[in-house]
Amino acid sequence: MSWFKRIKEGITTSTKEKKETPEGLWYKCPSCKSIVASSDHEESKYVCPNCGFHERIGSEEYFAILFDNNQFKEFNENITSGDPLDFVDTKKYKDRLRDTMSKTHLKDAIRTAHGQVYGHDLVIACMDFEFIGGSMGSVMGEKIARAIDYCLQHKLPLMIISKSGGARMMEAAFSLMQMAKTSAKLTQMSEAKLPYISLLTDPTTGGVTASFAMLGDLNIAEPGALIGFAGPRVVKETIGKDLPKGFQTAEFVLEHGFLDKIIDRRNLKDSLAKLLVMLKS
Amino acid sequence: MPNYLDFEKPIEELYEQLEKTKQIGVKGKIDVTKLLAEIEDKIEVVKKQLYSNLTPWQRVQLSRHPDRPYSLNYINAITDNTFMELHGDRTVKDDKAMIGGFGMVDSMSVMFIGQQKGHNTKSRQYRNFGMPNPEGYRKALRLMKLAEKFNKPVVTFIDTPGAYPGLEAEERGQGEAIARNLYEMSILKVPVICIIIGEGASGGALGIGIGDKVYMLENTWYSVISPESCSSILWRNWDNKEKAANALKLTADDMLKQKLIDGIINEPPGGAHSNPEEIYQSVKKVIVTELGALQKVNASDRVKNRIDKFSAMGVVQEG
Repeated sequence: MSWFKRIKEGITTSTKEKKETPEGLWYKCPSCKSIVASSDHEESKYVCPNCGFHERIGSEEYFAILFDNNQFKEFNENITSGDPLDFVDTKKYKDRLRDTMSKTHLKDAIRTAHGQVYGHDLVIACMDFEFIGGSMGSVMGEKIARAIDYCLQHKLPLMIISKSGGARMMEAAFSLMQMAKTSAKLTQMSEAKLPYISLLTDPTTGGVTASFAMLGDLNIAEPGALIGFAGPRVVKETIGKDLPKGFQTAEFVLEHGFLDKIIDRRNLKDSLAKLLVMLKS
Repeated sequence: MPNYLDFEKPIEELYEQLEKTKQIGVKGKIDVTKLLAEIEDKIEVVKKQLYSNLTPWQRVQLSRHPDRPYSLNYINAITDNTFMELHGDRTVKDDKAMIGGFGMVDSMSVMFIGQQKGHNTKSRQYRNFGMPNPEGYRKALRLMKLAEKFNKPVVTFIDTPGAYPGLEAEERGQGEAIARNLYEMSILKVPVICIIIGEGASGGALGIGIGDKVYMLENTWYSVISPESCSSILWRNWDNKEKAANALKLTADDMLKQKLIDGIINEPPGGAHSNPEEIYQSVKKVIVTELGALQKVNASDRVKNRIDKFSAMGVVQEG
């Protein structure tokens, strides 16, 4: 019965011949549970090749996907929050910022850059959800405002990629006023007849939805993205019932008339270039 | 019977004492005039002391006081009952949590807009507790555009615990409705004055809050979130609402210091409801003065100043 019994005891493969499995070589889709090689996953723009699930990605990945040769000029990369209120909850806001910065190697929840998409100039402001939930504070407002000034100065189109839980509570009324600030600045883009494309990705809620994210000349979303004003938990508590299936998904928001289009991330760059050509005066 | 808040206990007791003394005076032969005067003096002293040292949380409580005047009270008083309410967003329905219409302030026609709360259970439900749906914001915008067309100034009264977070509100684009108002109010060609008369909760308040001049009454609050919700998110319970109220720096004084509003309108001791006539006059005076000044500026400069004012808000560190 040596089928079931080892004939030779112990591990006989020498250390030299041992095959290492590097960390992160495989990606398991949280939606359909299928497993693909990480390199293939990256190749398909972090979209599951099996079910089309769009993994959350940050500014680094979006810039790489959209800008030609991953080349771009980033602006104001070192501005950080001023903590105007000296805010303390369970932790000092200053400490929270410092810890998040060292953990994420980001300065705040948004990065702004100028690059080219198939040769067409575009300024992109892209959020990073891993920085305090992509929350909007003074830095986000200021970076968007300065990106708009840059667009006005150089006559360039703007795209904002939203991925945010909403306003940053630790900046209280300052964060609220960023909604006013960004919306007011966008009127200048319109006045100058410069296109503004809003890309809503998973998730886009709260103060971001209730300001610039919904104000695009074109509002575009990624498939399946959560988009809403009040978060689903709050809505559920309000109505005291379970939410209907698909509530507040990009598809739901499109059906209700608030999006122009849903674009698969794998086609995003191509579609974007086409739209930029069509909008060009 | 007026309503008293927990921290107003000392005043409530003194008023009870006053009532009892009065009854003794009516029934018996004892002369109580001196005693009554003494109690009344004491009430004044205690009131002054109590209301000059309010904590942020106490101001939040006062801003929600059930006896406090609401938008329609202000509008009717200020326009000397000439207010003509106008309804509907021309798309879905008429939102009862948001009211608006023309009224005469002295000889000037003004478009008034405001969130409206109710004074009893039935009217509170009817007004949806002052929480507008998207059609409320769209009605407000429609009326602002109407005012712009006929070159009439706009005055908004802000008093809301937030935009309504319901299912239909999401379906009809609550986020888009508020965003559109922020955008359109930034470039409205007529003068806009916004006054927070009670609660200024987040995007729901800001949705009618982009003005050339933004004022807060003394006992109101304005922030990105209510102290209760802030407490429940940051501390995972509702018990830290006082701490949250402090941390959010949401009072009129704080907001003026942060340069996020343009001025404060003082309330009578005891809050707006203790002497409504006085607060109506104070509010009217601010409206008349500010509109007078704003109308001297030409429209495009006014819009530019408005955009510049909001664009300057925020505190960042250059790296």
